[in-house]
Amino acid sequence: MTELRLHGLSYGSRLRSADLTVRAGETVGLIGPNGSGKTTLLRCVYGTLTATAGRATLDGDDLHALGPKARARRVATVPQDSGTEFELTVRELVALGRSPHKRFWEGDTGADRDRVEAALARVGLAELADRPFPTLSGGERQRALVARALVQDPALLVLDEPTNHLDIRHQLDVLALVRTLGTTNLLALHDLNLAGAYCDRLYVMVEGRVVTGGTPAEVLTPALLTAVYGVDAEVIPHPRTGSPTVVYLHSPVGGHKLSTM
Amino acid sequence: MSTVLDRAGKPKEKSTPASGTSRYVLVVAGLALALALAGIASLALGSVRIPPGQVLDALTGRAAPSPYRTIVLDVRLPRVLLGVVVGAGLAVVGAVLQALVNNRLADPFLLGISSGASAGAVLVLVLGVGGGVTTTIALPGGAFAGALLALVLVYGLARRGGTMTGVRLVLAGVAVSYVLSALATLLLVVAGRPEQFQEALYWSLGGLGSARWDTLALPAAVLVLGVGALLTLARPLDLLLVGEEGATVLGLDTARFRAAVFVLASLVTAVMVAASGAVGFIGLMAPHAARLAVGAPHRRLLPVAALGGALGLVLADLAARTVAAPQDIPVGVLTALIGGPFFLWLMRRRPEGAPL
Repeated sequence: MTELRLHGLSYGSRLRSADLTVRAGETVGLIGPNGSGKTTLLRCVYGTLTATAGRATLDGDDLHALGPKARARRVATVPQDSGTEFELTVRELVALGRSPHKRFWEGDTGADRDRVEAALARVGLAELADRPFPTLSGGERQRALVARALVQDPALLVLDEPTNHLDIRHQLDVLALVRTLGTTNLLALHDLNLAGAYCDRLYVMVEGRVVTGGTPAEVLTPALLTAVYGVDAEVIPHPRTGSPTVVYLHSPVGGHKLSTM
Repeated sequence: MSTVLDRAGKPKEKSTPASGTSRYVLVVAGLALALALAGIASLALGSVRIPPGQVLDALTGRAAPSPYRTIVLDVRLPRVLLGVVVGAGLAVVGAVLQALVNNRLADPFLLGISSGASAGAVLVLVLGVGGGVTTTIALPGGAFAGALLALVLVYGLARRGGTMTGVRLVLAGVAVSYVLSALATLLLVVAGRPEQFQEALYWSLGGLGSARWDTLALPAAVLVLGVGALLTLARPLDLLLVGEEGATVLGLDTARFRAAVFVLASLVTAVMVAASGAVGFIGLMAPHAARLAVGAPHRRLLPVAALGGALGLVLADLAARTVAAPQDIPVGVLTALIGGPFFLWLMRRRPEGAPL
């Protein structure tokens, strides 16, 4: 089991001295308004940005010092989908997830192919395995990228808005799936109710800083929602699961149309 | 609960990897056969027409010494083989460049690498470095330096803030290409070598007319080694297909890998250009056709692109020698006549959402 710790992790003015811990096996959510630095923090963890100060350690190993390949064996992510120019099939795309475990000249073995098929089945894409990746819908692409992260066999899963583009059923499925993997998970989430339902703990980011953290019940309070997001909301226990559930009050003056879910 | 959570979900029967493999074998065998036929046709046809039977006799060493035998073995065969080598080399470099810049409009000619190589070769020619035997090394050496310089320039100019659009890439390639061609011409004028204009023109147009047995060895060796090396890099090349960020999170040190492959691609391009001048668009068309036939993963793509490029250039050169015989049209003129419209077609039918 793997523990992630951030010590004063910074990236220019976009991320200011973030401290945060994801304990072994935990699923931790990162919430906060757009532009609050969630994506920057995650990128510094999975390595496409190099922090300007501070450290991110995985079981004590500095993630930056590990180098891309060793890091990719332990940390997987689902990058925000960037359209690709070339038509890999879904199966080919998912198979790329085995790369960190291979020498660069090695091909895939039968065991690798079995893993790929299992991951495709697990995200419900077995039927579409031979389709060109660019022809999938946004939600299907997201699930294919999750399957790729699965075959990477990581200890830490870092996900930036994994529910983007997904309809509600697949949102719930992906988050439930993440929780069953046995990995340590750090996710940025927009949807506060999903964050409250699927995360063990939440951290809140505002203007590049991690301002508070705790269990969903501790973090998701009307006072915090007003302070951080500038909205009026009630937080009530979910009638069946008891997880804290945010119910927004439509602002009578502001032009924003807020969802009541 | 749902398919996603169904942990027992068995993998569906593997979707016909067998039929995929046999299709691949079929494509490779078909291309190899077509290449052999095109080669024999090239040996038989031209300003002097030689019966296929005599061509085969010459090839198998059964022919008595005769003018036909000399034409087949000493004139046409090296030319056909150079076409095979250069066509294969340019196609593989094109496929690799397309992965490196994640854009299917890339080609050693369009990115200015070929012009860089010919400028470097002209520089060596004007300075008279080496001379005699060392020209076979000095010329490709100069071409290599020019090619690498051009590629680094174009890449640097096209890239801004981590993004690189096709438009920017092609514009940078064209601009760098013009500057380097002009520089080469200027060099010839300043050096007072107008008599070498002919040779310089030949490099800028591209042609296989200078093929001889003794100039064939270096390109052939570089092709085998370069393509061999690139084949071992099939996996990291595949990683580049999912973009910079995707490749990084899958463990590729993209900056280092790009630099290494740039050097390799420049080397192969330079040696091909030193042997044949700047033949354009083979590196654009062959990889595209190969992707349609066998898909994008490089382990399968590169051999098919190589065969396709070889076939394309051998056929183009056959046309160049026969269409206006006894005139020998520079083959680069023909590939540009076909490749230019192909480029425009490719540009127009881009997949939705792909950045131009």
